[in-house]
Amino acid sequence: MRSAFAQEITNLASSDDRIIVLSGDIGNQMFDDYQEKFPSRFINCGIAEANMVSMAAGLAIGGMRPFIYTFTAFDTARCFEQIRVDLCYQNLPVVIIGLGGGLTYAPLGPTHYNCEDIAIMRSLPNMTVLCPGDAVEVRCSLRESLNQKGPIYIRIGKKNEPLVHKGPVDFHIGKAITCKKGDAVCIITTGTILPNALKASEILDRKNISTQVVHFHTVKPLDLTALSTIFSQFDLVITLEEHSLIGGLGSAVAEWYVDNSERSVQLLRLGTRDEFLYTTISHNEARDYYGLSPEKISESIEKAVF
Amino acid sequence: MIGTNSHSKPKTNKDLADVSRKMRGEIVEMSHTADAMHLGSSLSCVDIFVALYFGGCLNIDPKNASAPTRDRVLLSKGHASMTLYKILAEKGFFPRDLLKTFNKIGSRLTEHPNMGALPGVEATAGSLGHGLSVGLGMALASRIRNLPYKVFVIMSDGECNEGSVWEAAMLAPAQKTDNLVVIIDYNRWQATGRSEEIMALNPLKEKWESFGWSAYDVNGHDIDSLIKILSAVPDGSGKPIAIIAHTIKGKGVSFMEDDNNWHYRIPNAEEVKKAKGELKVL
Repeated sequence: MRSAFAQEITNLASSDDRIIVLSGDIGNQMFDDYQEKFPSRFINCGIAEANMVSMAAGLAIGGMRPFIYTFTAFDTARCFEQIRVDLCYQNLPVVIIGLGGGLTYAPLGPTHYNCEDIAIMRSLPNMTVLCPGDAVEVRCSLRESLNQKGPIYIRIGKKNEPLVHKGPVDFHIGKAITCKKGDAVCIITTGTILPNALKASEILDRKNISTQVVHFHTVKPLDLTALSTIFSQFDLVITLEEHSLIGGLGSAVAEWYVDNSERSVQLLRLGTRDEFLYTTISHNEARDYYGLSPEKISESIEKAVF
Repeated sequence: MIGTNSHSKPKTNKDLADVSRKMRGEIVEMSHTADAMHLGSSLSCVDIFVALYFGGCLNIDPKNASAPTRDRVLLSKGHASMTLYKILAEKGFFPRDLLKTFNKIGSRLTEHPNMGALPGVEATAGSLGHGLSVGLGMALASRIRNLPYKVFVIMSDGECNEGSVWEAAMLAPAQKTDNLVVIIDYNRWQATGRSEEIMALNPLKEKWESFGWSAYDVNGHDIDSLIKILSAVPDGSGKPIAIIAHTIKGKGVSFMEDDNNWHYRIPNAEEVKKAKGELKVL
């Protein structure tokens, strides 16, 4: 996903001279091509995220389209107040790329992985929250972001995530994508956990639980039309995210359900528990620990069905 | 230090001193009428604003307030909004009558200023430690877009407590933004105490110099000296400029000067009368 970002932003920057990339001292060699082509439109802002965000606001006021790039733990939580005041309150077109969403950096520990970013970003007025599911959607998110007037948070993974979309995809901010049809249960998911949702749905299909998978790459604003359709068609809806159960997609859907749903539907929310990791662990092991491996996802859903 | 030579009195242009004096009177009145705090902080930076806006230091045109090449002034110490609103009205960015709505329900003249709410308000402020970074972004946009303009950021000394100030202070010289100027209204007080005691603020000029800035000490009430520095930007050093403007909190009103109670206190009708009498604006 990060390579897709570097390549796509280089493509976009060649036809849009407002684009500027601000890096928080990461991305060694990743931006070589970009920097060679657009030396004046790349700034390594050092390890100083608060300044980087406010500076992006100043650049945007000055007519530029800044893209901020660093670990999501550092360009959301650490500089939250700068995002709130300078980007959201002023409603400026700045894109925050959050590298390593969810448990991607679980091996580096809780300082580097981040399961609270969606919660805090979606709490901010004017903020759009995108969690692309694969590299294709990363490219789509970047292209679409240039048409937005306000701030956008784009949560991405790291590298070598499985490709979900084998061809062009009909991607629009705020429009969910049905990745797989089914008629017994429906998984609503977001971001890099999407491949696990699809794998889990195949396991469930084999057990005669026909499973639909809908990708809400946009967590804010939610696709309300898609939600209405899903909640009128299915008796069991599952939200799945590589994010805390507090405040993420599951919370957003539950909030919508409480306020709007016209019929009683069972809602199962899958995500990370309210608990940090304290021991060395791989990304996949961490997913499994929180019940987010394909097997554990399908087990949880199976239990809810029977 | 420029403008504090004990052998000669600063030669302030009388007209500009008059502008400052009248502004102070009206700001005292605004604080009372609008029930707004931060009067001491608003009075300490009046001469800085007058030097900037009336001293010929800015390329601005109130009739064309969003001209792409205009110079930008950012009030980072947003709690001094009364002074910003007052100078913008004086300069003709919006009708003076609008000042009467300051801090009233539904007014665009909010206690802390909002970008775009009024012509001439270049950025939102209120949370300290943002303006310098925002100004740095603007200064960089000027260079990248080849639009020659200068950016002036007015901060407080207490604001220098914020770590983000020093993040910007380190990045700006690395980017050689010599069109960026920070003016520190060094009135030696922050909300609850002396700014040099709460944090180790001094030596302030040397701090900025050591961060790679071209730094100046100046009497922040000596309009001529302020104009001299503010009109020589860039200063040829290739560095961003830091101006440590030594000021007095509550300047111009004897019973407010250097009394930090006036950070939060709002003058009553009698105090307004007394203050205006001192300022000869009754």
